[in-house]
Amino acid sequence: MNALRKMLDKIKPTFNEGGKLSMFRSVFDGFETFLFVPNTTSKSGAHIHDAVDSKRIMIMVVIALMPALLFGMYNVGYQHYLAIGQLAETGFWTVFAYGLLAVLPKIVVSYLVGLGIEFTVAQFKGEEIHEGFLVSGIIIPMIVPVDCPLWMLALATAFAVIFAKEIFGGTGMNIFNVAIVTRMFLFFSYPSKMSGDSVWIAKDGILGLGEGTVVNGFTGATPLGQVAVSPTTQTTLVNAVGEPSTILDAIIGLIPGSIGETSVIAIALGAILLLVTRIASWKIMLSIFGSGALMAWIFNAIGPDTAVAALPWYEHLILGGFAFGAVFMATDPVTSARTEAGKWMYGCLIGALAIIIRVLNPGYPEGMMLAILFGNVFAPLFDYLVVQRNISKRAKRATKAINS
Amino acid sequence: MAKVIKTKKGLDIRMAGVAAKEYGQVSQAANIGFNPDDFYGITPKPIAKVGDKVEIGSVLFVDKKNPMFKVVSPVSGVVSAINRGERRKILDIVVANDLKATQATLPAVNWSGSVDEIKEGLSNAGMFAFFKQRPYDVMANPADSPRAIFISAFDKAPLAPDMNFILSQEGANFQAAINVLAKIAPVYVGVDKNATWAASLQNAEVTCFDGAYPVSNVGVQINKLAPINRGEIVWTIAPQEVVIMGRYIAKGVLDFSKTVALVGENVVAPKYYKVTMGSPVAALTRANLSQGVTSRLVAGNPLSGMQTTAESWLNPMVSQLTVLPEGDQIHEMLGWIMPRFSMFSLNGSFLSGLCSCMRKNKTFHFDTRILGGERHMIMSGEYDKVFPMDIYPEFLLKAIIAGDIDKMEALGIYEVAPEDFAAAEFVCSSKMELQKIVRKGLDLLRKEMC
Repeated sequence: MNALRKMLDKIKPTFNEGGKLSMFRSVFDGFETFLFVPNTTSKSGAHIHDAVDSKRIMIMVVIALMPALLFGMYNVGYQHYLAIGQLAETGFWTVFAYGLLAVLPKIVVSYLVGLGIEFTVAQFKGEEIHEGFLVSGIIIPMIVPVDCPLWMLALATAFAVIFAKEIFGGTGMNIFNVAIVTRMFLFFSYPSKMSGDSVWIAKDGILGLGEGTVVNGFTGATPLGQVAVSPTTQTTLVNAVGEPSTILDAIIGLIPGSIGETSVIAIALGAILLLVTRIASWKIMLSIFGSGALMAWIFNAIGPDTAVAALPWYEHLILGGFAFGAVFMATDPVTSARTEAGKWMYGCLIGALAIIIRVLNPGYPEGMMLAILFGNVFAPLFDYLVVQRNISKRAKRATKAINS
Repeated sequence: MAKVIKTKKGLDIRMAGVAAKEYGQVSQAANIGFNPDDFYGITPKPIAKVGDKVEIGSVLFVDKKNPMFKVVSPVSGVVSAINRGERRKILDIVVANDLKATQATLPAVNWSGSVDEIKEGLSNAGMFAFFKQRPYDVMANPADSPRAIFISAFDKAPLAPDMNFILSQEGANFQAAINVLAKIAPVYVGVDKNATWAASLQNAEVTCFDGAYPVSNVGVQINKLAPINRGEIVWTIAPQEVVIMGRYIAKGVLDFSKTVALVGENVVAPKYYKVTMGSPVAALTRANLSQGVTSRLVAGNPLSGMQTTAESWLNPMVSQLTVLPEGDQIHEMLGWIMPRFSMFSLNGSFLSGLCSCMRKNKTFHFDTRILGGERHMIMSGEYDKVFPMDIYPEFLLKAIIAGDIDKMEALGIYEVAPEDFAAAEFVCSSKMELQKIVRKGLDLLRKEMC
């Protein structure tokens, strides 16, 4: 450790102002603070500080995402081998390895593009690198279909980081969640690659792994996709080869869908970590699930005569991106409401809106992404309402004091 | 029994190095001095010249704008230096102490007379150097008519001295001062539940506050009892200064000695010391600090105090001199993932929270590292947990950063002082310099309004 520290101290001047490699100052600084907690001491104000910093918070969120990511990789392999009819004879690690090979390039592309922009901007502005993209960069590959081409992902990530974050001033100043904007960009620019029945399951072999052709009777539709086109109000969900799939499959996560969103159990593990560390707001999570369930129940009772309106409330919460969005994306502290009362309103809006979009919008089966984006837009308004109450209370008090 | 107000929000930080309840020996300082910067918001104009003979109560300097604001000599002797820095800014005014403690003859005051007479009497004795005012958190202008006077007679900051121990014998002097202050404006005294000395306090509204730091901040108490409105002025004064005033009112004798606690884990034996206002910091730290570690000296508590040096004069307003390890030699590996059992955090990603639940009296080690890099405000609700006022701190801070004066006013900047944000600055995961931001906002507003 000491040797490492000495080496860093030795090469540090090269990266400082006027040094030969000063154009990589932000990169060096990023790696140095990653290895060692900065020994900067306080210059003004409080002389002692809480040990937490934004690096640790962001890493905790990344760790919370790990179960969903690892399961997502497995599920990518599982769906593929199921589709080509070789699931029974393929071992666990082969299935996982296929998923790993399918997902890893997406993670690499997302981080390379996003962090590349972050590093450049930090260098340009003479600031430290903000850690926000550590989280966005891992969420982005998890909320796209496995068949999403890498160049699209790169383009969308670059768009989101620049136009949703950097032009606002970086992490902490953005209005919209960066990962959501990436998803939005992909969805509106390349709808055929982001929805429909053919994008959710990888059908080709990778590096000789998982070669084969899809079986007869293959259907690549997600459960929500199947519900959306169901002619009757009673839908029998099927898996990739047309066999009936159960609600338990959906809870475990062995269903087609975006890479990280399928497993309720893996998402729940992440949610527990986020709640125990008090990084995510339980108020937002609870209100999203609560209002989502209520809205689905209302549609069950008095909704239109369609399959999706008749879908039981708990299936609405389990299927699609609802749980993933509620736990990892709506709880982004920067783009959600900042007041405690505002968080309740924000959560309720997202939960209810996600179900409304699912049920009443004929074009697209999923509503979570749009609901969170709407939530981001309305969060400042909710905060305004809450803070305005405090302001008028103070103003009233002052008027009373003058009159008395 | 006094009214009790409980607060839920706040944070008690347990640090090693609390002062033992005993007095240490300290000799009379050969020189005493004042740095005008310790009286925030005034423009100093020296009255005494180098070589002048002064007595206890002789005026050293006044505020150029409000000459009723006087700082008087706490000892008798000779003015030995007026040191000036860039652009002739006064750095300090030094008096060589002749150790004779001769009292200046001040005009007699009729303490039951008019408000103007009382103010005149207090001003002549240098007592207006003790009052601060809200809004703006600056020294009070004696010419103002405050709506109320607030005194917080306890301190819950980390390593804070036990005010009940310091004030235990001073009840009579405290009462004498209150009787006079009550003629200027209604007096509110905030105490904690152990304040036996204040049990029979008259002429003041006594409130017992129960909660965690910063409940002992006078700003929080004002907010809970009678919040400041736009256009109002409230004066605040610390309890030991009330006692000094009381001594003068009751006995006619000027005695500027006060108790200061020398605390912190780098102090060999933390305890209380009786010093004269304006004593050098070195008088306390000499021979009392652990050797071999770089220490930072803080006049005041570790959260809202000001950094000072052994060569400086102790800020006359503080009751606490904190010694903290600087800690800049520590290079902690991979802090973003290590369990860090010994580190204190409100965040649940540290298991130390669990440890401290099991061991209520566990103390934590702190040094002056900020333990992270400065970011924009990211997490929400962090400040709210340690901010017991009816104000939205995040929004007020953002208004200040944006320089939006109307918003600042609407969100309650008149009610706050930088110290009220000290606990929030401690917990801030973005490591923002909140107290500096608030100070800037208050200064901006003062410039625009006055």
